[in-house]
Amino acid sequence: MKRKIIQILGMALMIAATLVVVAILGVVLFDLTAKGAPVLSWEFLTQSPKKGMTEGGIFPAIFGTTAVTLLSTMLATPLGIGCAIFLHEYAPDNAFTRLIRASIRNLAGVPSIVYGLFGVAIFVQFLGMGASLLAAGCTLGLLTLPSIITTTEEALRNVPRLTREGALALGATKWETIRTVVLPSALPGILTGVILALSRGAGETAPILFTGVAFYSRYLPGSVFDEFMALPYHLYILSTQHHAIEEVRPLAYATALTLILLVFMLNLTAFWARARWQRSLGAGK
Amino acid sequence: MNQRLFWDKFFEKVFKGTAWVAVLTLVGIFLMLLINSARAFETISFAEFFSGTAWNPAAYGEATYGIGAMLFSTLLVTIGAMLIAVPLGIGAAAFLSEVASPRTRNILKPAIEMLAAVPSVVIGFLGIVLVAPALAKIFDLPHGLNALNGSILLAIMALPTLISVTEDAIHAVPQHYKEASYALGANRWETLLRVTLPSCTSGILVAIMLGLGRALGETMTVLMATGNATAMPNGFFDSVRTITATVAIEMGEVPFGTPHYFSLFACALVLFLITLLVNIAAERVAAGYRRKGQ
Repeated sequence: MKRKIIQILGMALMIAATLVVVAILGVVLFDLTAKGAPVLSWEFLTQSPKKGMTEGGIFPAIFGTTAVTLLSTMLATPLGIGCAIFLHEYAPDNAFTRLIRASIRNLAGVPSIVYGLFGVAIFVQFLGMGASLLAAGCTLGLLTLPSIITTTEEALRNVPRLTREGALALGATKWETIRTVVLPSALPGILTGVILALSRGAGETAPILFTGVAFYSRYLPGSVFDEFMALPYHLYILSTQHHAIEEVRPLAYATALTLILLVFMLNLTAFWARARWQRSLGAGK
Repeated sequence: MNQRLFWDKFFEKVFKGTAWVAVLTLVGIFLMLLINSARAFETISFAEFFSGTAWNPAAYGEATYGIGAMLFSTLLVTIGAMLIAVPLGIGAAAFLSEVASPRTRNILKPAIEMLAAVPSVVIGFLGIVLVAPALAKIFDLPHGLNALNGSILLAIMALPTLISVTEDAIHAVPQHYKEASYALGANRWETLLRVTLPSCTSGILVAIMLGLGRALGETMTVLMATGNATAMPNGFFDSVRTITATVAIEMGEVPFGTPHYFSLFACALVLFLITLLVNIAAERVAAGYRRKGQ
């Protein structure tokens, strides 16, 4: 009897822990929606901030975040896919390969603010890009590189060995096999990883803090050498650095809601792509 | 034929080249931090930097560069976060892998992935508008922007990693261990507590260390929600400023090339080395149990 009661208590504890975790997500979503949605409007999404950011919208920040995230992904994706192909298709099990793998694992653990400093020292100062969309894009690109490599390698691992051997047996070279057989069947998996990297990049603040993000700019960036506004930084400004923090709180809520909707939409797209891809893999077997 | 072989060789080289980028970036980050830190120690003594607790590089009189209070604050907030996140994370992971029906799991797992996707700046914002007022009310404080707030928020950010890695570890425990336990008459809770969890302790340790690494390096949440006080904190109810927050605040304002500028790289180097050590330790533990598993 006593054992039974302890078991019930133990189960209750586990359920309680799980409920707390779910409740956190619930509170995040509920609070942002309840206080952000009333402010969210077409005007808010399409206008510039006005009157010292106490009125108007967040269009330049949406534009800037989209631009810097796309730029970073354009830079990181070819590198990440190349690296994953090397690791999965070519790399022998030797010291060099282990060094690359160890580097990737440790890069994934480097704090984002350290990437920010690296961006300042290398892209902004050393390569002379200045604080710009390009410098911030490069910094964010390096930050998302490890996750792109890992997800791409996972996708390559899921391509059946027989498919490769079939192509090789027909006389294709290794590169031809990769290009015509391996990459096309791994593509949905790679795409999932790239979308997840986009979503991560869109939410990052620390790496762009000193590499190109602007407090406020009157014009949209005209080239990759201009500064830009970004959603996460705009939220940071509105909630901690603004001269009338209480007054702009509704705007901050709406900005947070916009950011989280953007990130969740990207994530849902990735989940959907992954689910479809897994189904098609299952059908092929 | 020759052309085809040429392209084959060519792309092999290209892929190998891209692989070097990962190595070069890590080495580059380390060297960049090292070189800039060295410049800092031309004017700041090691003794002052590591044993001093006063950080006041912009003082009118004598500037002081002591990392002590920031280092302590970083550890305080991070350890607090782990105290909150570890029991919750293990409990939730155990529930997900051992108790929950497949249907429940299919709902909960995406929910946890969603929690992982919430940007740190949004968590920090909620720390200001939700957690801080709640803490002020519960503990009767003038404001809730303190180390405890930071710990709660970092716990939230570490939970998804903690849960998914712990769940993988629990999942990897061979089914026959559990069956043997049931056969001896143990119930599900006893089996979980005495057989399943003990046989994946190293996996759980890896999960904790990965969560710890994430919490140590987190910037925006602690910058926004811990109150920004550079003084040495006396406990969880004091405002603090972590290493990451200091770098984030001061880097934007500091003039290029001054001792203050370089000192921020020295702070980042300390942070980088701590997170690197935590990650390498996690890797060693993981490699250890992978070997044992075979």
